[in-house]
Amino acid sequence: MKFVTKSPWILHYDGTSCNGCDIEVLACLTPLYDVERFGIINTGNPKHADILLITGSVNEQNIPVVKQLYDQMAEPKVVVAIGICATSGGIFAECYNVVGGVDKVLPVDVYVPGCAARPESIIDGVVKALDILAQKQKYARKKTGKNRINQETAKI
Amino acid sequence: MHILMNILFVVAAPFVGGLLTGIDRVITARMQGRQGPPVLQPFYDVMKLVQKESIEVNSMHRFFVYISLVFAIFTTSILLSGGDILLAVFALTLGSIFFVLGGYASNSPYSIIGSERELLQIMAYEPMVLLACVGLYYADNSFFVKEIINNSIPAIVYLPGVFLGLVFIITFKLRKSPFDLSMSHHGHQEIVKGITTEYSGRDLAVIEVTHWFEVIITLTLVFVFFATETPISKVFALVACALVYFLEIIIDNAFARLKWQQAFTSAWIITGTMGIINLLILSFFR
Repeated sequence: MKFVTKSPWILHYDGTSCNGCDIEVLACLTPLYDVERFGIINTGNPKHADILLITGSVNEQNIPVVKQLYDQMAEPKVVVAIGICATSGGIFAECYNVVGGVDKVLPVDVYVPGCAARPESIIDGVVKALDILAQKQKYARKKTGKNRINQETAKI
Repeated sequence: MHILMNILFVVAAPFVGGLLTGIDRVITARMQGRQGPPVLQPFYDVMKLVQKESIEVNSMHRFFVYISLVFAIFTTSILLSGGDILLAVFALTLGSIFFVLGGYASNSPYSIIGSERELLQIMAYEPMVLLACVGLYYADNSFFVKEIINNSIPAIVYLPGVFLGLVFIITFKLRKSPFDLSMSHHGHQEIVKGITTEYSGRDLAVIEVTHWFEVIITLTLVFVFFATETPISKVFALVACALVYFLEIIIDNAFARLKWQQAFTSAWIITGTMGIINLLILSFFR
């Protein structure tokens, strides 16, 4: 049984965001949406987290931060880009300091569009990420598969 | 037969502890106007952590949490088989100390702060636990749990102050607000996760299971105050355990986290007033 889909713990990182998506991510935890129904907990700690939620685009200064957060997470792990800035850079794409979407730095598994992304679509994106997480778990349990994932990480 | 019963109790203890934690999470959610996770959520969490990769910081780091679990199991088996309550309390403290060493073993600033806070917490609650043991001896002339729970008068009659003090410091042991400064269950920041910051995967699962054992140990201490030789009193004692646990959940939701100075002084003031005055009065009348 894939217990990882029953208790996905989330790490939320704010890139170059306007804070709109961050507020919506936190809104998911409020009584109205209550993601803890699905066992989702917002951890503040990459070593406990299964899903990395990134809001906002990536800039030159936060590339090492994002990479380190991702590296510190234990396998299996997935990355969800929340909002259009995290997906492609959004309206900030042309800025001199903005590199672009999160996928320029990390292997993003799910893109959640929107400006700001609605809590419903964020929950939808996380639920989609759970399927990928389950697949990765199956993959990671095989020894060879695990090595391959590590190699992929190393390439990035 | 006795040994079999003991093994059965020790195997059942984490399941009951995990279930209580799950009920706790549902009640907490309802108090906050949320639906909350399924009751079996703590078991899902632990099973997930077992299946995940464990990141090893260094070789000693993992060893300490496993030793801590062994001492928690040891304490549970002593208490549930009616053994010496003093030995149980000291074994529990030893387990906590190993857990603290685990925090120090990784050179992470967050887990070192967590370890220091855990040591301060141990210093805050330990006098009251020892006073409770002394009080139980005063009341029942024995340190053995099986003799304490087979007396004609429940220990609570002699030790109401000690019991209230114990309920106060159980908040530390159950890691509930306002005294959850070393390792909180509601950790949205690294510093609040304290000692567990550097643990992941199976090691974190072991820490969680250790906590389930600790829930059972603390509730057993409550049980001892109410149980007498009559079977009906054991039912009352279980009801008292449930009420105390519910009270702790309310306290958890009603209070903000305190600074260590406030946690420390309030625990010692309660110990000094409730515990020591109760024992003084008891020694005067006996």
